[in-house]
Amino acid sequence: MEGAWEIAFVLFQVWLSIVVGLIVLPAMFGVSLGFTDIYIKVLVKTLEWATLRIQRGQKEQPTLPSQSANGIIEKDDGSMEEEIGELRRSHPKNLAGGDFTMCDAFYFCKKGIENIVEDQVTQRFTSEELASWNLLTRTNNNFRYISVRLTIIWGLGVFIRYCILLPLRITLAVIGLSWLVIGTTLVGLLPSCNAKNWLSDLVHITCYRICARGLSATIRYHNKENRPKKGGICVANHTSPIDIVILANDGCYAMVGQVHGGLMGVIQRSIVRSCPHVWFERSEMKDRHAVAKRLKDHIADKTKLPILIFPEGTCINNTSVMMFKKGSFEIGGTIYPVAIKYDPQFGDAFWNSAKYNMVSYLLRMMTSWAIVCNVWYLPPMTRQDGEDAVQFANRVKSAIAHQGGLVDLSWDGGLKREKVKESFKEEQQKMYSSMIVGQQGRLMLSILI
Amino acid sequence: MGSRASSLLREEDIEEIKKQTGFSHSQITRLYSRFHSLDKGENGALSREDFQRIPELAINPLGDRIINAFFPEGEDQVNFRGFMRTLAHFRPVEDNEKNKDPTSGEPLNSRTNKLFFAFQLYDLDRDDKISRDELLQVLRMMVGVNISDEQLGSIADRTIQEADTNGDMCISFSEFTKVMPGKAIDITADLQNGA
Repeated sequence: MEGAWEIAFVLFQVWLSIVVGLIVLPAMFGVSLGFTDIYIKVLVKTLEWATLRIQRGQKEQPTLPSQSANGIIEKDDGSMEEEIGELRRSHPKNLAGGDFTMCDAFYFCKKGIENIVEDQVTQRFTSEELASWNLLTRTNNNFRYISVRLTIIWGLGVFIRYCILLPLRITLAVIGLSWLVIGTTLVGLLPSCNAKNWLSDLVHITCYRICARGLSATIRYHNKENRPKKGGICVANHTSPIDIVILANDGCYAMVGQVHGGLMGVIQRSIVRSCPHVWFERSEMKDRHAVAKRLKDHIADKTKLPILIFPEGTCINNTSVMMFKKGSFEIGGTIYPVAIKYDPQFGDAFWNSAKYNMVSYLLRMMTSWAIVCNVWYLPPMTRQDGEDAVQFANRVKSAIAHQGGLVDLSWDGGLKREKVKESFKEEQQKMYSSMIVGQQGRLMLSILI
Repeated sequence: MGSRASSLLREEDIEEIKKQTGFSHSQITRLYSRFHSLDKGENGALSREDFQRIPELAINPLGDRIINAFFPEGEDQVNFRGFMRTLAHFRPVEDNEKNKDPTSGEPLNSRTNKLFFAFQLYDLDRDDKISRDELLQVLRMMVGVNISDEQLGSIADRTIQEADTNGDMCISFSEFTKVMPGKAIDITADLQNGA
């Protein structure tokens, strides 16, 4: 028995030194030994083969339903006026604009049915559907048995992901996070000086690099010259907690958030020792002025790191950008927008917090193929004269959506959990009313005649 | 390697729905996925709240009337069959259907059935007549608080005057069909043939 434990211990030490030597150390220095690149290349080839095989299989068995990721409705995107106008023009009595006709109800009816079949909002709160299966059971929507070879490859994939990659990634994550806590606590013991800031940045970056390896993350940064500078605010679209790891791999940011308990709390308390982050108590979050003041004070100090904020306020599934809350845009200062786009073929990064808690989400991340994403740094923006916070927020949002190839929506991400405000319905009613009444005078005239 | 949502839908059910509604196999499975994603309670049926959760539908002035059309008289739940039956009204008419055998019964998406769907939006108590009161109520839904009672009343009066041919101050279904434009029927949701 003793012998078995010794052997296990030795194996464990060997394993650990391999991991540290080949992954952790190069990661800390930002050096890549090329394993991940080779892995991604092999993966891409395999998935391409799988796609072709599935397409061939679908042609042979026509009863197999195929994926159509483009939505199932062709919509007319006319405005209310245009579409009701079209309906009325074909009216037998040919009323010239204004006034009510019973066929107006068709317009609302059509829109309603279209939205029941497919709407723009609810689909953003669940994972994106893939055009072609990527050999993960979790994305398997309508795919049925096609061939023996495909099943074998899938089985091999399961083995590789759960038995080889998962333990490796968990080891890396544990190493990375422990290093973060220990390193920042040690740096925190130093008195304030330039060396302290430099060391703090070093500890943060190396730790996030290790965590990124722990997810097999391949990140491509574009336009690095626009990287956020000190005293600024960095805003990005939000898909998952991993966004922080992705961004922090290429720069140091001051985090903003609520104080948590448990492991998160431990991490929060230790990293704030080495450099200033902005943590709010739950009660403080309700007081918008207090929040704004603390953020203003932070960015006024040009030695502090840029703040990282996700103005959507909740995780969206990376197919669109939803309404940006205006709070971060009222503070002033320079905004550095960043667009993050994940490649869903390799793993779905979206955190559906209604379905999965943090731990199961992280396990899902670690059992995906990889995380591949693109990060674009956009040129800095400031609020222009005559522009209010909401308009500014929308301008930044459009820029991010445009760069990342995401749909620009004005719907509030909070609709994930809350009901839509009545005022939107009232807007629709107002628009319609102005169509049928026009000016007061006209209606009166037609009755007299 | 089976599918998730559509494994709850058996082949026999799909065939039956295909016959009844005219949707293709892939359209039915797509719509079943949609039905499943709206069904938060996972009990195989949708309630009115499930529909209300769609923001764009919730802000539609006639949203409640449209949702109501899915539920048979006095019921609070609609299953997938009922869901498909109602949606079938909006399936575009295909060319090969126009020459169909007349004894096979009227398809759900015929012009008459589409018009009847619209008629029912106005006919609140389902008595096959649109009274002045019902018309006023639906008008009020569409315009909100932006038009006064008197103006709305005169709009309703004029509409009934134009359509009513037998002088009973109500609009019956045949009177309704006569004032409907021919083109309106085509401007309904076109469900793409699942590619």
